[in-house]
Amino acid sequence: MQRRNLMKLAAATGGAALTGPALAACSASSGGSSDGELLLWTHSAGNEEELAVTDQIIDTFNSRQDAYTVKRESFPQGAYNDSVNAAALSGDLPDLLDVDGPNVPNWAWAGHLQPLDLPSELTDKFLPTALGVFQDQLYSVGHWEAACSIFARESVLEAANVRIPTMDEPWGREEFDEILQRLVTDGGYQWAIDFSTADIGEWYPYAYSPFLQSFGGDLIDRSSYLTAEGALNGDAAVEWGRWFQGMFTGGLSNMESPAGAEDFNQGAAALAFNGNWGALAAIDLYDDMLFLPPPDFGDGPKIGGGSWQWAVSAGADPAGANSWMETALSDEFVAEFANLTGLIPATESAADLTEHYRTDGDLRMMMDYSRAYAVLRPETPAYTVIASVFTKYAGDIIHGGDVAEALDAAVSEIDADIESNSGYGF
Amino acid sequence: MTIASTDRPAPAAPAASHEARRRRRGQFSRAEQRAGTAFAIPAIVLLLVFVIGPAVVALAMSFTNARLISPVAPEFVGLDNFRRAFLDDAVFHRSILNTFLFAGLVVPLQGGLGLVLALLVNQKLAGRNFFRTVYFLPVITSMVVISLLWRFLYQEEGLVNSALSMITGGFYAGQAWLANPSTAMFAIVVMSVWQGVGFHMVIWLAGLQTIPDVVYEAGALDGCTPWQRFRHITLPLLKPTSVFVLITITIAAMSLFVQVDVMTGGGPLNSTSSIVFQIVQKGFEQQQIGYGAALSLIFFCMVFALALIQRRLTRDKD
Amino acid sequence: MTTTALKHPAPARRLWVYLPMTILAGFFLFPIVFMVAASLKTDHQIFADMDSLRAFLPVGDVSFANYAAVFDRVPFWRFLGNTLFVTFMVTALGLVVNSMCGYALARMKWKGRGLVFGFIIATLILPFDTTIVPMVYLVANLPWIGFDGFRPVLEIGWLNSYHVQIVPFIVNAFTIFLFAQYFKSLPKGLEEAAAMDGAGWLRTYWRIIVPLSKPVFATVTILMVVTSPATWNAYLWPLMTVQSEELRPVMVGVQYFFQLDTSWGEVMAYISMITIPMVAVFIAFQRSFIQSIAGAGMKD
Repeated sequence: MQRRNLMKLAAATGGAALTGPALAACSASSGGSSDGELLLWTHSAGNEEELAVTDQIIDTFNSRQDAYTVKRESFPQGAYNDSVNAAALSGDLPDLLDVDGPNVPNWAWAGHLQPLDLPSELTDKFLPTALGVFQDQLYSVGHWEAACSIFARESVLEAANVRIPTMDEPWGREEFDEILQRLVTDGGYQWAIDFSTADIGEWYPYAYSPFLQSFGGDLIDRSSYLTAEGALNGDAAVEWGRWFQGMFTGGLSNMESPAGAEDFNQGAAALAFNGNWGALAAIDLYDDMLFLPPPDFGDGPKIGGGSWQWAVSAGADPAGANSWMETALSDEFVAEFANLTGLIPATESAADLTEHYRTDGDLRMMMDYSRAYAVLRPETPAYTVIASVFTKYAGDIIHGGDVAEALDAAVSEIDADIESNSGYGF
Repeated sequence: MTIASTDRPAPAAPAASHEARRRRRGQFSRAEQRAGTAFAIPAIVLLLVFVIGPAVVALAMSFTNARLISPVAPEFVGLDNFRRAFLDDAVFHRSILNTFLFAGLVVPLQGGLGLVLALLVNQKLAGRNFFRTVYFLPVITSMVVISLLWRFLYQEEGLVNSALSMITGGFYAGQAWLANPSTAMFAIVVMSVWQGVGFHMVIWLAGLQTIPDVVYEAGALDGCTPWQRFRHITLPLLKPTSVFVLITITIAAMSLFVQVDVMTGGGPLNSTSSIVFQIVQKGFEQQQIGYGAALSLIFFCMVFALALIQRRLTRDKD
Repeated sequence: MTTTALKHPAPARRLWVYLPMTILAGFFLFPIVFMVAASLKTDHQIFADMDSLRAFLPVGDVSFANYAAVFDRVPFWRFLGNTLFVTFMVTALGLVVNSMCGYALARMKWKGRGLVFGFIIATLILPFDTTIVPMVYLVANLPWIGFDGFRPVLEIGWLNSYHVQIVPFIVNAFTIFLFAQYFKSLPKGLEEAAAMDGAGWLRTYWRIIVPLSKPVFATVTILMVVTSPATWNAYLWPLMTVQSEELRPVMVGVQYFFQLDTSWGEVMAYISMITIPMVAVFIAFQRSFIQSIAGAGMKD
């Protein structure tokens, strides 16, 4: 699809010499092959645990039937989206691929993906945030979910005389601010809370925009998906921005905190806002770890939802791809991923099979947080731009920029992009 | 940009009669036309396909709203992208200023320090090869690797601050260099000079070694001080080298990208955002390749103009 | 020959020459020493040592565990082999193509020479990063002759191959420029002398010009290896055009370490492993490299 458009463009504007060979290529390649081989891409290069489970699924599928053979290719996560977009540009997408949840609408809209054809009794078991939906069509399903929480040490909280919050009674804004202040003034900590600000990938919108939502703002107006006006620069959003900025300019949090809650691990920060993927390492480090619900800033506690999910490319053979998905999505593999990677299993029945997430498991609360608090990042193709713009302006806010100005600028960039794409189909 | 006088002796010209020479030239010209074209053609073809070709496509895209991925065909939008770049895009304007600030600092620092290093290692000293190698090491280390390393070093609790505090006897308290809008760009300048200066040290060294010793001997007879010798003999003879150094550093400095991408992402508060960083940010990450292409075109024109001006200025003084 | 004080510092002044040079050497070495020291430590140790001289020393909880972990995470030898192969091909082909073009521009008279020279100068200032999207699109649609057994077949699209990492980077405007400048400085009349002996252009070039031009060839070799976006530092381009792990170069491997939990010790071990071979090669050729640049001079 994109290829043809680009070609039209090049031909129309004088790149004719270049497109000669391209015209010949037009009908060739792209998408699925007929020999029953399905190519699968994952973002997990360098992550042995995830690759091991993926290979296990592939082996099971390949041995269970004769019609299809799945082959795997893995990519480093940091550049996975670039690799996929480049492949789409040249019509060389694989048959099966994994995709970070918030990107599903963008890729579905662009025509990279095809809707899934899976029985509802299979997909209904999954956490709603593990399903990638765009305009009422299901495009992807994930084996796991992730959840953020406040990492804390019981001994530290007790020493500072801090109430331990529960899901029934989370910290409120004033209580939270007061606690943070106390931890640096009396607790002897250099920083009160570690936000891992050096992690400028998807972390900013994933981790920080839920605070914005708890204040009552949002990344975009979800009633129309056509503008961020009011949602991202209204009173609630500005209130969030001022509060968030105060964390850093008020000396409660480190502007340059290394990724992965390293300040917390080093004992420089009393608390950390971190994902559950860091939980097992933290338990190894401290024997009194607590994973607490995030504070309620008015609209209830919120955390980000939607992690990596499996999808099928537009050109793939639907029968083979869907049959792979059915094999892959069994509880056995959902549990296997959770056991090996420490991520949250996406089905209740699989959770019972895992060490950490069964009802008495030490990370069980992560499942509860995910169910109760998770907000999906906006399900619109504009999300790609929203994420990039939010990361930039949240960075400005952290470093002391004018909050209202930053948010207005973010809104105008997002709105301009939506407009230049004629609303992205909304 | 020349040091034309190498001390290589010209081989004795073959003794040939005028007549033979003229005849041969006549034969040359047609064969020479053919041979010249044949020698150049592989490079020309590759250049057309892989450099000019993409540039032309980018030029064409700059007048459209082309997207990296989109189900909708791109449309011709005239000068809209350029209007946006010149009138609306405050971050781009800031990036232009930043880029010129960066180049304005890096060109004299890297050029000057490179010359100092070259003078130091041009002395007949034991171990000078060791020093040459050490000064050149950062050049052969990947910029991605170096940027990762320096991000560590510049942290508030990083080694740069420990070193400064040690040197000043604890007087200097330290700060997070990359988190402060007024220091981040200078931090990147220092790192970039550190990385690139070895390269220009070698270029200066090349220039220095083409200066024949007899010139200095003449100077010594006239009783020059070392400074006079440097000012009146070395420097003028290095003129062609300096033009080369000036232009190559300028082009490299204007293309600032990797350091920003790895170390600051253009922040804090746009203080390190560069033109090429914006081109990649808009054209690639935000998928607006039409707009990114327009920014590339503006960038190309700016660097081209700058190179022409430098060439003109340095030529006039010759 | 020379007798000047600057070139032969008197013993009393030696200290004042060595002192700044040594301080500068420390300044140039410290990040690299830090890298190697950190590669031997656990993450906890790296961060704990960050604010003291211990950061430069292999002290504390030191082991080669990070290096062992690198081999589990990345097919290191495969990546290294790919990089060496691509670097070799780009450099070797680049030397031939660019030097011949430089020669034609510098010492032969032919129509269109001025135009070509102008184009080459203009392309000097096009940073590769800015045209990468059209480039991807272009190479995805180029034809190539492949082999199915021994039978040649026409393939469309260069993605996922060695040649997509090699061919686009053979030609290099800066290199052509350097060659042309050098060839211009060679004595006039070489060709005519050769022609008297009945040598054709190719033979003259190969037998006379190339042997006289070793310095510029050595210089260009190092420049291509060190600075080309296709050789040792190749990163963005292979990410976008090479999907198969078997064909990836070493720099792409850096990204393998940035997972949800980054082990900085492993990152340091890996970047040490990809930096040290270059340093070794440079040290081995250091002398002839600097001499050759000196010999090549910078000519107009």
